[in-house]
Amino acid sequence: MTNDQPTPGPAVQVPGDPGQSPAIPPAETDGVRDLIIIGSGPAGYTAATYAARANLHPLVFEGSQFGGALMTTTEVENFPGFPEGIQGPQLMDDMRTQAERFGAELVPSDVTEVDLTATPKVVKVGDEVHRAHAVIVATGSKYRYLGLENEARLLGHGVSACATCDGFFFRDQDIVVVGGGDSAMEEATFLTRFAKSVTVVHRRTELRASKIMQKRAQDNEKIRWALGKQVTDVHGQDQVQSVELTDTETGATETMDVSGLFVAIGHDPRSEIFAGQLKLDDSGYIQVEHPTTRTSIDGVFACGDVVDHIYRQAITSAGTGAAAAIDAERWLADTFDER
Amino acid sequence: MAGNTVTVTDDSFATDVLGSDKPVLVDFWAEWCGPCKMVAPVLEEIAGEHADKLTIAKLNIDENPQIARDYQVMSIPTMTVFQGGKPVKSIIGAKPKGAILSDLADFI
Repeated sequence: MTNDQPTPGPAVQVPGDPGQSPAIPPAETDGVRDLIIIGSGPAGYTAATYAARANLHPLVFEGSQFGGALMTTTEVENFPGFPEGIQGPQLMDDMRTQAERFGAELVPSDVTEVDLTATPKVVKVGDEVHRAHAVIVATGSKYRYLGLENEARLLGHGVSACATCDGFFFRDQDIVVVGGGDSAMEEATFLTRFAKSVTVVHRRTELRASKIMQKRAQDNEKIRWALGKQVTDVHGQDQVQSVELTDTETGATETMDVSGLFVAIGHDPRSEIFAGQLKLDDSGYIQVEHPTTRTSIDGVFACGDVVDHIYRQAITSAGTGAAAAIDAERWLADTFDER
Repeated sequence: MAGNTVTVTDDSFATDVLGSDKPVLVDFWAEWCGPCKMVAPVLEEIAGEHADKLTIAKLNIDENPQIARDYQVMSIPTMTVFQGGKPVKSIIGAKPKGAILSDLADFI
């Protein structure tokens, strides 16, 4: 940081920037803010709450997936403080309200481009340019599809990315869930509320899911198993009518008549726009200096599922979100010590 | 929620949507759908900003299953534009405002 950097703080003014009004309101796009937070799951909102309480007036780009992965879950049974459980979307709504209450500015836009190596750092939403001294990345992860042509064509017509949204439409029908992890077990179990049968297709013969989730699915008499198989095609004109299954060992194919295909094979970190700037690992997760949330760029912090491919829980995301806000606050104080 | 959108039902659909002079975007939604909640405030805004050109109507599929079945809605949110009594454009899944506006460019 050079000496002519503006002092961060509420309503900061950019020196030598002609045409600026004396006090730049928090929403001012040409002003330089203390902190921009990109992302809005448990990590983003927790960072926003902490940063807002610390008077950093964070601008939060919530993106199109506001609320993150929890928006498509149902009951969250393991978030501390809710002994009776809480609905995922409700929990996110509450976190959002809490961040807003302390003055975090929430914008439902997707960030399209960043320049984190610039001083101050640049965050763009289309043509809109925002600048900040510090940035917290909490962009989470995105849904992974099988990558079949017909899967994309029939999305919303039997192919679904959201069991809780679309299960309703498959009442008394036969459907397939692809995946062997916890989310596949959860989706399969949830979908038995509606479906006549749910077949879990997994390319390995063993499941990855936790014991409790496996047991819950195995005890469910509506759930059938097609292990050691892969969905290799989806058939249907306007709606899904069947899927092609290929045995991973023998290569033998079979057709299974189903009207729904739910894919739950995991997620990929949403880190594309940071590639070439922040250090990522081979799978695209942002690398941080554990146990802090510092990334490879000074003043940029990362938290939540875009960093974490191990735990991936609402509570661990919220925890790293709090850590990122504290890291950012200390970094701002250390960097701008005249404050 | 500000009242920029209108509510339609199985009973009122023919009159309010199919019989409308203006194009009508029907938001098929349900209480238990997280992405529907994400997209609701965006639709509310678009309804306010483009009220002269486009009506935005909300149809709760739990309470009004018939219309959702008739139009083969299998995923929510589905947002379908009806013009001259026919579905002419469908948007499936929650998207940011900019993406929805560009999908609706022909109508606003």
